[in-house]
Amino acid sequence: MTTPTLAVLVPLLPFLGAVAGLLLGRKAPGFVRPLAVLPTLLSAVIAVLIAVRQGGGTGGGIRPVDAATELTPTGSVPIELALHLDGFAVLVAVLVGLVASCVQIYSTGYLRDDPRYPSYAALVSLFTSAMFLVVYSGDLMVLLVGWEVMGICSYFLVGHYWETPEARAASLKAFLVTKLGDVPFLIGLFALAADAGSFRITKVLDAVATGGLDHPTLIALLLLAGVAGKSAQFPLHTWLPDAMAGPTPVSALIHAATMVAAGVYFVARLLPVFAASAAALVVLAVMAAVTMVGSALAALAQDDIKRVLAYSTIGQLGYMTGALAVGERGAAVFHLLSHGAFKALLFLAAGVIIHAAGTNSLAAMSRMTGLRDRIPDAFWTMTVALLALAAIPPFSGFFSKEAVLGAAEHAATGHTGSVPGSAGWIVLVSGLLTAMLTAAYATRLWLLAFRPPVTGPHPAPGVVEAPDHGRQPVVMNAVLWVLAVPSLAFGITVGALPDWFDGGSLTPTLTTSVLATGLTLVGGLVTYGTWRHTTALAARVPVGAVTAHPGAEPAVSEAEAIATHTPAYGSIASAPDPADPGRLLLGPLHRHAAVGFRLDAVYTALFVRPTQFLATVVRFLDREVVDTYVRGAGTLPRWLGAAARRAQTGNVQTYLSALLAGSVVLAVAAVLVAAGA
Amino acid sequence: MHLAYPAVLAVLLFCTGLYGVLARRNAILVLMSVELMLNAVNLNLVAFDVWLRDTLHAGQALTLFTIAIAAAEIGIGLSIVLMVYRNRGTSDVDRLRDTAESPGPAGPDDAAPDGAADATHPDATAAAQKAEATA
Amino acid sequence: MTLAAAAPQGFLSPTGVEVAFVLVGLVTFAAAIVTVTTKQLVHAALWLVVALGGLAAEYLLLTAEFVAWVQVLIYVGSVVVLLLFGLMLTKAPIGRSPDADSGNRWAALTVAVAAAATLVWVVVDAFRTQWIDLDAPQGTTSVTGAMLFQHWVLPFEALSVLLLAALVGAIVLSRKSEEPSDERVRDAKAHARDDAEAAADKEQR
Repeated sequence: MTTPTLAVLVPLLPFLGAVAGLLLGRKAPGFVRPLAVLPTLLSAVIAVLIAVRQGGGTGGGIRPVDAATELTPTGSVPIELALHLDGFAVLVAVLVGLVASCVQIYSTGYLRDDPRYPSYAALVSLFTSAMFLVVYSGDLMVLLVGWEVMGICSYFLVGHYWETPEARAASLKAFLVTKLGDVPFLIGLFALAADAGSFRITKVLDAVATGGLDHPTLIALLLLAGVAGKSAQFPLHTWLPDAMAGPTPVSALIHAATMVAAGVYFVARLLPVFAASAAALVVLAVMAAVTMVGSALAALAQDDIKRVLAYSTIGQLGYMTGALAVGERGAAVFHLLSHGAFKALLFLAAGVIIHAAGTNSLAAMSRMTGLRDRIPDAFWTMTVALLALAAIPPFSGFFSKEAVLGAAEHAATGHTGSVPGSAGWIVLVSGLLTAMLTAAYATRLWLLAFRPPVTGPHPAPGVVEAPDHGRQPVVMNAVLWVLAVPSLAFGITVGALPDWFDGGSLTPTLTTSVLATGLTLVGGLVTYGTWRHTTALAARVPVGAVTAHPGAEPAVSEAEAIATHTPAYGSIASAPDPADPGRLLLGPLHRHAAVGFRLDAVYTALFVRPTQFLATVVRFLDREVVDTYVRGAGTLPRWLGAAARRAQTGNVQTYLSALLAGSVVLAVAAVLVAAGA
Repeated sequence: MHLAYPAVLAVLLFCTGLYGVLARRNAILVLMSVELMLNAVNLNLVAFDVWLRDTLHAGQALTLFTIAIAAAEIGIGLSIVLMVYRNRGTSDVDRLRDTAESPGPAGPDDAAPDGAADATHPDATAAAQKAEATA
Repeated sequence: MTLAAAAPQGFLSPTGVEVAFVLVGLVTFAAAIVTVTTKQLVHAALWLVVALGGLAAEYLLLTAEFVAWVQVLIYVGSVVVLLLFGLMLTKAPIGRSPDADSGNRWAALTVAVAAAATLVWVVVDAFRTQWIDLDAPQGTTSVTGAMLFQHWVLPFEALSVLLLAALVGAIVLSRKSEEPSDERVRDAKAHARDDAEAAADKEQR
């Protein structure tokens, strides 16, 4: 088969699997699991095959595959079903296929008894299909279709536990916030197509290369709004932490590895458009810097393990946008790939931990002994993934992050032509700061989750044994090890990757490597020291609510943990735990960081309240003003009707009088007319 | 003889009958007024028959027929009045108001007060049922 | 007929027949007025006799003698008797009854006067130049009889069937039903009371 044919199969297979799964879900439950896993697995295999065929991309001398067919004329700017397979596309598709397959396999264990599993699996398949479409599409409109399908799938999947109010609110919030970004995004796409005369990415890039764009800054900023919404960048990132109310596999697939990366991928695809406007690059750099630092601080204050990872995701996406801001899309996609692998691993391992511990609260886990021994697979893989997240040298995260920082340094020192030096400095400084903070929260997470508290000789009242949930399902553990491999070893590809991308070197430079690794070690050691200082408190202050369902599927524990977090700890995000090293590290900032720097409150004051007030006004206008006219219009006919009713006296003589009076009038009129008057 | 004399007399009698039909309360008096109107027409028929010298004497023949029909009409009418009187206890025309628009259910807005009115005047519905039963 | 040809017989030189016609007409009209205005129901029937008799006299003056006698026989002889019976059967009050006229009186008067004015105006306007030649009698009994049974015999027979039907109908209508009559009368009384109360309610409102 030719490469385009294979590439069409990649999004098509999960789509067919989703349709079949939705249709057969109730009637043939036995087919649901194969229908969920096999098409995705097959797509992943085909994606790998395409990647092997395309190996080397532009750098290796092989032209990107471009295929297009126009189904029907669609007016002045044609919309075509187009494929554009370059190095970025094929590698991201491999990542999507890998993570989606892992998540589908993991879900068969994680949600094994869920009555809504068929629709869940079908939606995940549909999402996978849409993501493949976004990755492979060579036409912006077709890309947008996949983009929006992903959004709606995210809405449904975040709301999977719709019995809990948190999940309902989170799904609505995720949908509305991403749509808020998508409106300018759509306008930006139209503006771009109007300027370039086509929706085809290749033609758009050609137009950019020949200077055919009239409003590059406007278009770039409009598109950035959509990217910020989808990739959870400041100021539209607020939906992502709340989206953790969804099942863990969904968080791993959609809200860590793939969908949120779509925005970054989109910018990488159209980087020349953004690079045409220095202002857009500076805005992108500032956005990335604020996102990185803010989310890292917030991650340090979170109590829910998944919210820590969510803020971490936002921060790592910030690294990617930072790389884009300095014009190095190879580094961005490199980080996207390594981050996709280790963050999916982190989430899936967190799902195992939540099940094993019976809680999603780090405060409760920190008072638990023996958790490490119950789930050795999750412990070791999580350790690997956290090391990758913190960018400790041999792990994949180190190489990708260093690629970003190296590019930033490159731009800051003015070696990258079109990128303003300020953008480089912003990204470099914030990136280094974030490297330290990342190490801090990764260390905190690891310590709180896996290290039992240092209690001294006396038995402590607050410390409990981890509940026994039996062995974790094999599929879940196996998936963790599969994902651990790229987290561990993806870095060795650093020499080969530039051939797939634009050709720029991605190897770490000495200065930034030493600086970043040093800062990372500082962050980790400081956190460890703080933890040594505070952990004694854990034994004295009992905190925690644990649910244990040894026989039930893991998702039940998670749903209950989410639902009970607010009643047990007073907040969805934080817990009043004095033994938390993050509390000591952040000091007075902790209060604000725990609630995401009150951005939600600001949005409430800025948008929600005025909207509600306007709704009240509209309701008042409708009820009291418009309806008054309606009622007034009804009153006159009613009066007329009442008058007509009063005439219906039932007295025959009255009727006859009226009849004859009318006859007389008519007769007089007739006579007058006949007389010619 | 001047044709205007019988014609004007007929008009005056007719309008007198008209007044009676519209103004009298007793049904039998209404019937009398109807007879006056019929006779006014008869006078016209005879007068025009004489004036036109009709060879078929259509005017007079029709007058005779009208008289016969009036006799039949008065018989039927009186029996109807008798029956009404027997059923309703009255032969007053302006009390036979079954076709009047009752202040009953008018619109959806008035449903509640009407329901209350029905509840407070159960005899109204009872009377309506009685009227139905006796009709 | 032109105005010139009619000129000799003017309004100002009435013939004897005309004088008699107008006088009898006045009596008839007055009797009719009393019939429709009197407060005594039985008197109304008796004044109706006067009016109908006056009309019979007018027929005679118009040389329609057969119609005149039929008028006397049927109207004065039977119809008025029937009406009197009706009054008695419906227990009409003897003597003055103040509520003989309904509340519709003024509307009725207006309509009647307007109709009379219109019709008189139209009729006078149309026929003021027309004269009736009364020299040759038009309606002698023999002529009328021959005409009736030669040319009008079929309508005449149809009329007899109509009369039969009316006879049967009147009997059916006025026959008392099989049910116990006292209950129905009580019902009727109760209903009348209800009606009276309803009317009183309405007036109060």
